[in-house]
Amino acid sequence: MPFGLTKQVLNESTLTNSFDRRSFVLGVGGLSVGMLLAGRMGYLAIAENDKYAVESESNRVNLTLIPPRRGWILDRNGAPLASNQADFRVDIIPERLQDGERELDTLAKLLKLDDAKLRDLRKEIDESAGYAPIEVASGLDYDAFAAVSIRLPELPGVVPQRGFSRYYPTGPSVGHLLGYVGAASREEFEADRNPLLITPGYKIGKDGVEKQFEQTLRGEPGARRVEVTASGRIVRDLSTRPDVQGDPVQLTIDGPLQDYAARRLGLESGSVVVMDCLTGELLCMASMPSFDPNSFSDGIGSVEYAMLSENERVPLRNKVLKGLYPPGSTVKPMHSMAFMHEGIDPNERIVCGGGRRIGNRFFNCWSNHGVVDMAKSVYQSCDSYYYHFAQQVGFDKVAAYARRFGLGQEFDLPVASQFYGTVPDPAWKLKKYEQEWQPYDTVNASIGQGYYLTSPLQLAVMATRLATGREVAPSMIKTNERKLFNSLDFNKDQIDYIHQAMSDVVNGPGTAGRARLPIDDVLMAGKTGTAQVVSLSKSDGKSGPWKYRDHGLFVFYAPFDNPRYAGAVVIEHGGGSGAAYPIARDVMTFLFDPQKGMDALRALEKEWGGTAQQRLQRRYEEYARAAGETIPPSAPLDREIQARVDAEARIEAQRHEAFARDNPRRVRRPDVEEPVEGDRNSGAGGPSGAQGAAQ
Amino acid sequence: MSSVIPAPIARQPWSMLTPLILLTCFGAAVLYSAAGGSFTPFASSHLIRFGIFMVVALVIAAMPRDFVKLVAYPAYVGILLLLVAVEAAGAMGGGSQRWLEVGPIRLQPSELMKPAIALALARFYDTLPTGMIGSWRALVPAGVIIALPVGLVLMQPDLGTALAILFSGAVVMFLAGLPMSWFLSAGAAAAVAVPLAYNFALKPYQQRRVTTFLDPESDPLGSGYHITQSKIAIGSGGFSGKGFNEGSQSHLQYLPEPHTDFVFATMAEEWGLLGGLFVIVSFGLILYWGLKVARAAQSRFDRLLAAGMVATMFFYIAINLLMVMGLAPVVGIPLPFMSHGGSSMMTNMLCVGTLMMVHRWNTQGRGGGLLSS
Repeated sequence: MPFGLTKQVLNESTLTNSFDRRSFVLGVGGLSVGMLLAGRMGYLAIAENDKYAVESESNRVNLTLIPPRRGWILDRNGAPLASNQADFRVDIIPERLQDGERELDTLAKLLKLDDAKLRDLRKEIDESAGYAPIEVASGLDYDAFAAVSIRLPELPGVVPQRGFSRYYPTGPSVGHLLGYVGAASREEFEADRNPLLITPGYKIGKDGVEKQFEQTLRGEPGARRVEVTASGRIVRDLSTRPDVQGDPVQLTIDGPLQDYAARRLGLESGSVVVMDCLTGELLCMASMPSFDPNSFSDGIGSVEYAMLSENERVPLRNKVLKGLYPPGSTVKPMHSMAFMHEGIDPNERIVCGGGRRIGNRFFNCWSNHGVVDMAKSVYQSCDSYYYHFAQQVGFDKVAAYARRFGLGQEFDLPVASQFYGTVPDPAWKLKKYEQEWQPYDTVNASIGQGYYLTSPLQLAVMATRLATGREVAPSMIKTNERKLFNSLDFNKDQIDYIHQAMSDVVNGPGTAGRARLPIDDVLMAGKTGTAQVVSLSKSDGKSGPWKYRDHGLFVFYAPFDNPRYAGAVVIEHGGGSGAAYPIARDVMTFLFDPQKGMDALRALEKEWGGTAQQRLQRRYEEYARAAGETIPPSAPLDREIQARVDAEARIEAQRHEAFARDNPRRVRRPDVEEPVEGDRNSGAGGPSGAQGAAQ
Repeated sequence: MSSVIPAPIARQPWSMLTPLILLTCFGAAVLYSAAGGSFTPFASSHLIRFGIFMVVALVIAAMPRDFVKLVAYPAYVGILLLLVAVEAAGAMGGGSQRWLEVGPIRLQPSELMKPAIALALARFYDTLPTGMIGSWRALVPAGVIIALPVGLVLMQPDLGTALAILFSGAVVMFLAGLPMSWFLSAGAAAAVAVPLAYNFALKPYQQRRVTTFLDPESDPLGSGYHITQSKIAIGSGGFSGKGFNEGSQSHLQYLPEPHTDFVFATMAEEWGLLGGLFVIVSFGLILYWGLKVARAAQSRFDRLLAAGMVATMFFYIAINLLMVMGLAPVVGIPLPFMSHGGSSMMTNMLCVGTLMMVHRWNTQGRGGGLLSS
């Protein structure tokens, strides 16, 4: 019993001994605690140093991503269809506000916020989760932004940010073509898992070209390393890696032409497609009415979205790719080619007596054409001729040609989806309806009615193939490679015959005399089409309710003897082809003589009440007023960028070219190799350019 | 040697004073850094307090044994009354508090009680006849002397200080020679009582401290935050630290209480393992000197008094260091001579002064033995 005292004699000396022993034990105990502490210290500081050094560093350093600037989308000449606009905005983080009321008052003074806005802000702050930023104002000019920035020390929780917002200079004209950008949805983040997608302020392509070329346009995010305190206050910047802007995407689209066509559609609902006959490049894919992608990029308001989705003219659908219409008489030149290839002599005549008996039933023509040969059947658009020869050749054979000309086909284009429609034939009908093909099916299909459904893009491809006799394929992305297209196996006489007939539609005794170009040396060839929507018993197709009126169609190319451009115009419920071909005329006029085209458009826009963008904005304001909402003023447009790509830009460009021609010392930029452009200028630009300069 | 240095200075216990002064100056340097590279508000007042209380310690060191024995009980009773006054003030103020406002000075009586309990118990066992050390008369009065202040402090509530008082008292009783079996059975009883006390006696915040001590990662942003951040600070210091004034954990406010309870973590981040070992060894030298003084003491009163002072200081140091290194729960106990705070400086300098006093009695020899018997 070294420490026990129970049975021992207790006296001063035993107690002293006990003290010595026990204090020694406690001393050893204390020493071992000291050793334990030293060991623990060494373990933490040496053995686990790496782990804790990392943790200390991750405490200290806060990494924020800087969203990359998106690559530009350029037109064929390098003008921006979509660019980025410096955007100054001010956010507040509610939980970091120290004296919310005073700070809001200061902000209201600096940013000139009105009472309604302040009321909304207070409400938002009260309801917010605290850590999520709330937007106070965006689209600020630099002065307002700077005024807030220099007062930051007295405004804790206020975050001025400089970012970039997507800017589409021609707005609605490119809405369907380019799509728009917006914050990534939950599904999009789960599919991609890129932390950039959830970085505040970052937007991804949501539709059209923006979506298809998302990876190209995206770029590399920058990063900002800052030293922060435990409470999140930034002490200093450690390092900043700048972002790398996304690569540009150059389309084959001609920006000014696209803008012109979209605006020329005016109050109508429809689409215009123009292709380059030699390369298949799509120069214009306009679809109206449209939306303003700038509004979507700012985060579209519910009121504006309601206005768009309630409209019976479906401004949210890209009609070039997803509008399907019976082609009507526009297929007649193509059907004639099919007849010739099947051995029908174009000079063989039939008699149209206001219609024709097929089998045991009489089918009406829209007029009484008398004696009709192939050429007359095209320029006078005689239905009887096609009833007769389609029946004679057999429609399954005709349908095969229709497909070779691009109808019912999908094209290799970078778009989210394209509707391919229907080219009906007996096999198709049997499969779809389990019914035999009937003579009346041939009759309907022979004039592009019945089950026939085509998209404006397919009609434009058909026009291009008619113009060239080759299987020209459309393309949207600008490349330098020259494409060679297979011949469609028609001899030159056959092609010339149809070309002449199509020219006569416009320039001869045809159905579209008003489509003649107001340019002396360029003749446009075309074919009208009127597609019935409901039976004649319901509506005459020309008046009455909008949605019962006939679709108006027109396919065309020019110049007729040496085709350069071809295309199609489709006007939904336009009441007949008369709604379509004046638009085709003006669009082609603009291509060959921008000034003349522009004059025509200006007169019309005065009548309609402004450009498409202006009308859309006004409609929105009216709609919002009716819904009892106030809308924020839109961000100021960047006129400088807009002036490079809208329809007016073409005239300006021509003026410069005319100047350059008159001053031959100009230096040609070796990097700009534009044979197509050169052709156009030498072919038709000369006189018009001089005219533009003279005004 | 004595010819060069004046006798009153040469007489001082330099083997203790050297590490003490170095440690305090080192503490001031750490506090200078914790204030973001400034003498104010921590480092300057730290040094001033040390100076003032060093004078107090020297005054204590000069006291005669008889006087100390005379005031032992009155001092204990007086401080006990102050503790009651704290309770009363807290009750009137409508909340708990730990201090009394006496003019400009904020007095924390529970701090004074730590050395006072050792003094009172040393006096009690000094007067207890040696034959009675194994009887209930050795246990019950001592138990009452300890239980009264512990109870009052627990009511504040201040678990850390209550444990400190209990620890000092228990060490004095142990060294007084009470039967070993009593301590063994008390330990067994404590083993049973601790879970019960945890469930019924501790406040929820105190319970949380215990649970998060056992598993700090369970609540890394709540109560476990303190321990986690402290370990990060110490661990990231490495062998030689991040450099003076370069500690990110303390300067960016990740470390809680970087100038008081977690001053050791602040130091270790900037000075690394070298700084840590310096502090531990310095404390070891001071306590070793104190233990030597106790063992060399000539009377029972002297021995128990000195050992009680060593125990009080040891408890502070050990619990604080165990806490900041994640080996003990977070109890609000500062680190002597390094943490910023007047109460802890006062208590520990009272202990140092008392030890110097006993040291002087030892070296003066002769008279002590006669008076004590």
